[in-house]
Amino acid sequence: MATLEIHDLHVSVEAENGPREILRGVDLTVKQGETHAIMGPNGSGKSTLAYSLAGHPKYTVTGGTVSLDGEDVLAMSVDERARAGVFLAMQYPVEVPGVSVSNFLRTSATAVRGEAPKLRTWVKEVKEAMEGLQMDPSFAERNVNEGFSGGEKKRHEILQLELLKPKIAILDETDSGLDVDALRVVSEGVNRVRESGQVGTLLITHYTRILRYIKPDYVHVFAKGRIVESGGAELADKLENEGYEAYVKGGASE
Amino acid sequence: MAETIPAGSTTDGAIQVGQPADARVSAAPSYDVADFPVPHGREEEWRFTPLERLRGLHDGTAEATGGLRVEVTAPEGVTVETVDRTDPRLGKAGKPVDRVAAQAYSSFEKASVVSIAKDAVLTEPVRISVHGEGGVAYGHQVVEVGAFAEAVVVIDHTGDATLAANVEYVIGDGAKLTVVSVQDWDRPAVHVAQHTALVGRDASFKSVIVTFGGDLVRLHPRVIYGGPGGEAELYGLYFTDNGQHQEHRLFIDHDTPHCRSNVAYKGALQGKDAHAVWIGDVLIRAVAVGTDTYELNRNLVLTDGARVDSVPNLEIETGEIVGAGHASATGRFDDEQLFYLMARGIPHDEARRLVVRGFFAELLQHIGLPDIEERLLAKIEQELEASVA
Ligand SMILES: Nc1ncnc2c1ncn2[C@@H]1O[C@H](COP(=O)(O)OP(=O)(O)OP(=O)(O)O)[C@@H](O)[C@H]1O
Ligand SMILES: [Mg+2]
Repeated sequence: MATLEIHDLHVSVEAENGPREILRGVDLTVKQGETHAIMGPNGSGKSTLAYSLAGHPKYTVTGGTVSLDGEDVLAMSVDERARAGVFLAMQYPVEVPGVSVSNFLRTSATAVRGEAPKLRTWVKEVKEAMEGLQMDPSFAERNVNEGFSGGEKKRHEILQLELLKPKIAILDETDSGLDVDALRVVSEGVNRVRESGQVGTLLITHYTRILRYIKPDYVHVFAKGRIVESGGAELADKLENEGYEAYVKGGASE
Repeated sequence: MAETIPAGSTTDGAIQVGQPADARVSAAPSYDVADFPVPHGREEEWRFTPLERLRGLHDGTAEATGGLRVEVTAPEGVTVETVDRTDPRLGKAGKPVDRVAAQAYSSFEKASVVSIAKDAVLTEPVRISVHGEGGVAYGHQVVEVGAFAEAVVVIDHTGDATLAANVEYVIGDGAKLTVVSVQDWDRPAVHVAQHTALVGRDASFKSVIVTFGGDLVRLHPRVIYGGPGGEAELYGLYFTDNGQHQEHRLFIDHDTPHCRSNVAYKGALQGKDAHAVWIGDVLIRAVAVGTDTYELNRNLVLTDGARVDSVPNLEIETGEIVGAGHASATGRFDDEQLFYLMARGIPHDEARRLVVRGFFAELLQHIGLPDIEERLLAKIEQELEASVA
């Protein structure tokens, strides 16, 4: 069973006046089949955690370990991590001019699966996944994320999640900017992947409304660069009512 | 794509009213090299060009030694001739506008004239292969397209040469001419050429300039309209590697009412001292009411140490036009795009290739000649591989 283990992770970014520590000792274990929600105030380091797991070059790991089934994730390049089964649905997906969605998806699936998917079944697979996410087929011919609305970008991220079937899915605010219908459609997409029981999900969010569709097994409160409290689904309701005040007082993050 | 301006690049834009573009150059157009002073490098039209690498093409010291093989393959309906300097068909599209072009006009011995008969619609391209064997050469090429004829001409430059040339396109009324000029020179080559197109009434001219090779390539495509309703599309693609100087200077002279022009040039640069220059001069004269023009230049800087000078310049003497615009942008290769693709499992080199191909994709679609597109893609791939290695 696939397990992502994060142990005492410290991460810095290069700021104007030298390196600035953002993650200050994150400990978290995500197993296949589990869903963990991470909630926390703006700027607490949630995206930093997500990007660091995916290997974004902007973030420097200064301490700690991350392993996937015992393999050292931090030693892998960005593409190796993806092929090993780590998937990050980004908070702000990037536009890639001149590269069509269909070319991108196929190139990506070929890389992750280790062989080019058979054309016939692939076309069907993409078509069905797009239908499930209520994406118009014309998106396949558009350039990656170019001119996509916020909601369309998020659907496109989940489309990739469904096609790439990772072991660990990190969803960074996939719910932000979605209207009620889109939230339901996108959540259903995530749930289709979860129902396989093959994926461990790390769901980063500000709002409990997505947790009505995607039921977490664990909820973690993230503040000042680390997990400060963990609990079950009921913790989310507490946060909804009381906010993060209790966790952030006692000094600024710097 | 992030439109950040890398260090050492300049991107200027100007819309002026009044001053004609040619007023900024140092001498009036002429067939005679003696009418042009030897450039010293500070002239407007020479300020980006490293004169010391022209191997004497600019100062009269480069003596012709030959060593240039020109082969023309043409389908039926096309006449190919080698003619003397006195042939009346030479020099009709326009005069040389700088010292090197005038040197070429004053020095060539024989010219090549390719004529496409009136009403002929060619099913195959005319192929002109220009292969250098290391010598100094001055060339003159004329392509005449009869009224309502349709033709594609592909000019291929390979090998090594020090070449100064004039190419004239004389496009009859209602005719359609597409010209693809590929500069696939060996690394040491020096190539300076003026391409002048005279676009007839209701005629269409499409130029595709592709520059990969050479030590110094400086091309000067010019468009002049012979009657109303003319249309010119100028596309360009260049891939400038370390140490190369590739300069494309365009001039579109809207001197006739109701003509259109559209310019799109895209270049990728990589390596130390790669230098690309793009000048887009568009002049809309007072008589040219109903003009519609747009020009665009984009540069993608793949590595540090490359330099881009991109200068669009639009001069408008009449307000009664359909449209006029320009855009110029130089951006570094966007690491966020690379990250996004790699985060989907795509290996680094393949991701980089996707981004660069993507950058050129739209331009390639405009070319409309599948075999040329394929070849260009393969060439881009090859250039990228060289850079990755
Ligand atoms: N280059 C940088 N220089 C300085 N600080 C940075 C830099 N990059 C990120 N940070 C800081 O790191 C902190 C954590 O940012 P991060 O994006 O991880 O927060 P987040 O929890 O995802 O917030 P949000 O809920 O708003 O998405 C923020 O305070 C941010 O300003
Ligand atoms: Mg965030």
